[in-house]
Amino acid sequence: MLYPKLYPRNRALESRYRPEPWLSPASRRWTSSLGLALFAFLGVPLWAGDYLLLSLLIPVLILTIAALGLNLLVGYSGQLSLGHAAFMAVGAYTAYNLALRAPALNFLIVLLGAGLSAAAVGVVFGTPSLKIKGLYLAVATLAAQFFLDWVFARVRWFSNYSNSGSVSVEAIDLWGWTIDTPSDRYQFALALLALLTIGANNLVRGHLGRAWMAIRDQEVAAEVIGIRPVHAKLTAFAVSSFYCGVAGALWGFVHLGAWEPLAFNLNLSLNLLFMIIIGGMGSILGAYLGAAFIVILPIALNRLPVWFGVPISTATASHLEVMTFGSLIVLFLILQPHGLARLCALGREKLRSWPFAY
Amino acid sequence: MIKRLPFLGLVCGLALGLITPLLTGASSPGFWLEVLLGGLMAGVLYALVALGFVLIFKASGVFNFAQGAMVLFSALAVARLSERLPLWFAVLITLMIMILLAVLIERLVLRPLVNQSGVTLLMATLGVAYVLEGLGQTVWGSDIYSIDVGIPREPMLVLETVFPGGILLNRDDLAAAGGAIALVGALVLLFRKSKTGLALRAVAGDPQAAQSVGISLRRIWVTVWSIAGGVATVTGVVWGGKLGVQFSLALIALKALPVVILGGFTSIPGAILGGLIVGVGEKMAEVFLGPQLVRAFELAGGGIENWFAYVLALLFLLVRPEGLFGERHINRV
Repeated sequence: MLYPKLYPRNRALESRYRPEPWLSPASRRWTSSLGLALFAFLGVPLWAGDYLLLSLLIPVLILTIAALGLNLLVGYSGQLSLGHAAFMAVGAYTAYNLALRAPALNFLIVLLGAGLSAAAVGVVFGTPSLKIKGLYLAVATLAAQFFLDWVFARVRWFSNYSNSGSVSVEAIDLWGWTIDTPSDRYQFALALLALLTIGANNLVRGHLGRAWMAIRDQEVAAEVIGIRPVHAKLTAFAVSSFYCGVAGALWGFVHLGAWEPLAFNLNLSLNLLFMIIIGGMGSILGAYLGAAFIVILPIALNRLPVWFGVPISTATASHLEVMTFGSLIVLFLILQPHGLARLCALGREKLRSWPFAY
Repeated sequence: MIKRLPFLGLVCGLALGLITPLLTGASSPGFWLEVLLGGLMAGVLYALVALGFVLIFKASGVFNFAQGAMVLFSALAVARLSERLPLWFAVLITLMIMILLAVLIERLVLRPLVNQSGVTLLMATLGVAYVLEGLGQTVWGSDIYSIDVGIPREPMLVLETVFPGGILLNRDDLAAAGGAIALVGALVLLFRKSKTGLALRAVAGDPQAAQSVGISLRRIWVTVWSIAGGVATVTGVVWGGKLGVQFSLALIALKALPVVILGGFTSIPGAILGGLIVGVGEKMAEVFLGPQLVRAFELAGGGIENWFAYVLALLFLLVRPEGLFGERHINRV
């Protein structure tokens, strides 16, 4: 072994039944993942400036949560959704109302409420998935997008009778810890993301995740072997919307601070979809990579021409961005349907056997 | 019959909702008819976009999310070209560009993705839509443009003898409806009478069988995407001439999705009827139901036409997933 441990081997399978249901699948990567988490939690805020935290890292973290949620639905359960930003909006407005009307409530409970209400709404709009699929479901979820957008803009109770549904919130207070500075917000979002990642990771390993994947791969066959499609699909919608609800609340409270329903429009829904296509469908890592990619790309596209000394107008830059997104989607679907996550895995494979071909 | 009950109930409910304003005396017959006609006109435009969807779905099983972007692209092209050239020439050039686009899409997107699932293809057309939107606005500019179709703008009054005050009717609306009918007629002729149409129908029926008798799938795809491009151009000219050419054109075309759900994915008459139902339903809802809702729930304004079509489609999906004229699905392992 020339390069021991630098690139960890593929996961070995368990040889006993007892460790199978344990929380982390790995007897293996504990040290490296704990080290990485510690570095991300303590090291990054020390080194990164406010700009980097606010405009790059925090959005990436929060959108990763949403992308995780969408990936559970689209990547793992095979149910297409074009309306997940609407579930984020449900989370954001629930959190706003809970914080407004019950100020004594701990913010974690507010977040839980945001997630649960989004899950409930998700189940309602997911019911058509029992009868329809694929393309039809896309339209059903679009209905959620447009209807909920309208609800939050027009039903004045949700935004405490403000104009056009715009609301603003105070900094979060968590047991006396005021989450205000960029590094505080970053750490809070990161902690939640870590928690939800562990949750997602274990969900997809468990019987629920397997039921989802069976439904995705062959619905009728899955039904024949005893998986209830109703249960599997609705749980997928519920869990996925829960993630998006939490992400939406964080997007409002931690990232935006003040928002209106437009912040959760169709564009965000489509961007979430692009994240998981580019990142990798049916992969936890994919949600991370996709979210990072989709957040960084526009910033890079806006900066690159300036660095090269070719000034372009903001309009051209935004058109360029849209075109790049579009062509990347097509390219990834054709060349690497499993996205960046698969590319990473392939790269690791190559590095492990380097300098030999295999 | 019992199984059909929810569907019949939905249809009856819609019909009842349609005439309620008349029955309760909430509006005068003249005003009601005006709203109805306005809805029908909007419906014609929705039907045109939906037609593009249905054509492509029939022939290649692709749910073409890019139809709206194609409408925007062609409308921008016509608007900018007609600044220098006569309108008919601008439309001709645009049609040629759309055919070129169809060839490119077939080569670069559809061919590599052949045999993929419908959802993958849908996402690919989302990518195509983004590229077309960006490309269109980069090449042709992203301001608001107008297309002058040479029809006087001032509305005319008709039926003054029947209703007090008469009914206002826009001439460009009439022209749009006429154009749409002509287009549909031409398409029906193409499908029924020409050899290409026969091949198109064969591919729609059974792609593999069609291939085995020597029909080239690739040629058919290029043809059908070109036709959809042509439909998009007509839509763009009609719509752009009415409302001006701007980015929102691509978004309004999203309305065509509920239309095809209503009509059934594979049915041309379904697309037209669905378009008319959506157009009328949403205008009626906005004008008559909107104010009631606003009063009852103290809303901050109407705007229910933003979602009415989608919720209607959702209801249809629950009671009749195959749409008005679609084919029933049978699941096989």
